[in-house]
Amino acid sequence: MPGLSDLMLEGSRVQGHRPAPRAVVDPAVWNFTVGKIAEGHWTLLGLWGEAAAVHMALLDEDAGETAVVSLDCPDGRYPSVAQRHPPALRLERAARDLFGLTPRGLPDMRPWLDHGRWAESDPASQPYDFLPAEGEGLHQVAVGPVHAGIIEPGHFRFTVSGETVVRLEQRFGYAHKGVESLMAGAALTQAARLAGRVSGDSTVAYAFAFARAAEAALGVEPPERAQWLRALMAELERLANHFGDFGAVRNDAAFPLLHAHAAVLRERVLRAADACFGHRFMRDRIVPGGVASDMAAGSTDMLHGLVADLRQRFPKLVELYDKTASLQDRTVGTGIVKPPLARQYGAGGFVGRASGRPFDARRTVGYPPYDALRFDVPVLDRGDVDARVWIRIREAEQSMSLVEQILRGMPGGPIAADLPSRAGEGMALVEGFRGDVLAWIRIGGDGKVARCHLRDPSWFQWPLVEAAVEGNIVADFPLCNKSFNCSYSGHDL
Amino acid sequence: MRKLLLEGLLRRPLTEPAPETEDAALAALAAALERAARRRLGRSLSIREVDAGSCNGCELEIHALNNAFYDVERFGIRFVASPRHADVLLVTGPVTKNMREALARTYNAMPNPKWVVAAGDCALDGGCFAGSYAVVGGVSQVVPVDLHIPGCPPSPTALLKGLLALLESVGSARTHPSTGSG
Repeated sequence: MPGLSDLMLEGSRVQGHRPAPRAVVDPAVWNFTVGKIAEGHWTLLGLWGEAAAVHMALLDEDAGETAVVSLDCPDGRYPSVAQRHPPALRLERAARDLFGLTPRGLPDMRPWLDHGRWAESDPASQPYDFLPAEGEGLHQVAVGPVHAGIIEPGHFRFTVSGETVVRLEQRFGYAHKGVESLMAGAALTQAARLAGRVSGDSTVAYAFAFARAAEAALGVEPPERAQWLRALMAELERLANHFGDFGAVRNDAAFPLLHAHAAVLRERVLRAADACFGHRFMRDRIVPGGVASDMAAGSTDMLHGLVADLRQRFPKLVELYDKTASLQDRTVGTGIVKPPLARQYGAGGFVGRASGRPFDARRTVGYPPYDALRFDVPVLDRGDVDARVWIRIREAEQSMSLVEQILRGMPGGPIAADLPSRAGEGMALVEGFRGDVLAWIRIGGDGKVARCHLRDPSWFQWPLVEAAVEGNIVADFPLCNKSFNCSYSGHDL
Repeated sequence: MRKLLLEGLLRRPLTEPAPETEDAALAALAAALERAARRRLGRSLSIREVDAGSCNGCELEIHALNNAFYDVERFGIRFVASPRHADVLLVTGPVTKNMREALARTYNAMPNPKWVVAAGDCALDGGCFAGSYAVVGGVSQVVPVDLHIPGCPPSPTALLKGLLALLESVGSARTHPSTGSG
């Protein structure tokens, strides 16, 4: 079986793309690559376009290697990936909306992010043809983009038979802000701020991924202390979000007691983050070259105290969840994602790991300082709401341990490196709480961002929500959806 | 579960003022907010929240208003599922072009009198998303805004302060266009 390095030899290697290689290939090699992805030999990590080229990021899971293949398409047309590998479908529709690239053979030519409202001259709402579902007694339920709760905008179209969902179709793009167009031509500092505002709950993960991609492009290694501080922030972010989700899933199963207690844990983490780093979400603290500021005095003791407190409180909540039969009745066996589907979609985070896909970017591709830290990557294969909850529980426990290890091993020294002004390309994969965030950047000779692409883990998780909900009752949709907790803004960009 | 519930009854609530200055300020704010809410709205203010394309950071902090530390419901302020039930429209995000119509329709579905609060830096003028082809650039471009709460995102304390400011102004805002026909 060919490795990614063999594939790179089939194209012309692009100089200055780090740390993974990138090669420009011809249509035959492009199609060969797509075939290997469709066979499951490689995993599709991302697909994005620019004016006259399309790029695919690939992962060889066994070898833990990544690579990028590019296809020039001066006429704006290229052979569709999605016609053989469905997980590329929405990515190709998005690249078509944003760059006018036409995938030949794309099975679904409807726009995705473009709702026909971007041009001032074209304010009329465009009709969108939802996929048909026909049969006796079927009816549709339309939900969103404004939801009943305090959540992000998106549209869900349910076709139901009685109470049972026979088809869910999502429509997104409502949160599309044109982040990538704002990044083009921006200085690195401004682009880093934008990256940190792609998905609010993952602001650390995005800033981390962007900074690593930019540093790879410039050939800069941040100081060791900066790397450890970044990991500390990343684990605090993971803890806060996992606690929040742990409670929120219960709330959607009408068990607000756990929601209230889990929200207290989340708030304690956010307050600790604020005290240590001066912002509850630690926004704008990670910058290309290092971190913007060091921990406040006394942070180490305070964070040790926080973890000790969490270790005392969290197990009680876990036990209550585990022993409440009425709650288990809602979560066990609900919203199942079968392992082959998670593998095909390359689903990351707790979605993939609850369905037997052991991928964690901290481990499989790896980046400092995680190579110096001990942690388990929990994996289950039941793929239901309960399994996604348990992965979060286990990961929260791992993150508590990681915070302690990081505090103990924190090296001294500077917290930022100077950045040279030179051209280059870089790619990075960082494990956010939701899964792997991919950042790809091309820096021009003027030191500004020429093109940057940020791929949220939700791109490969949202389609699985559609699959998981099928055959469940409508009333279980909020529970299923919350167990995924995909990002709207991160997906819509 | 009994143990957790029992502990909840016996333990001092988290919302009690703590010695730290920030928590003391929060308690003072809470008391002021409660007085204002009672006086002006008879202990009832219903908020409909709309995310008009935010990064979700503001939503996380709005959620936090409901946790045990801030417990916004003790003031009679609650978040409602329908604009038909709402006094206040709380809007976040730079307002994407894809959300403009949904925001306007939500506003139009609310009964008078009604107020609009824009939360977050990008809700003011688009923030760092200003100038994008996909962004309208601020809530006031679409619906009349009574109050803006800055921050990226505004902390729960800042949101509470903002709601207090709104409650203080409600009594004197009879000339506001959105309240005039109510």
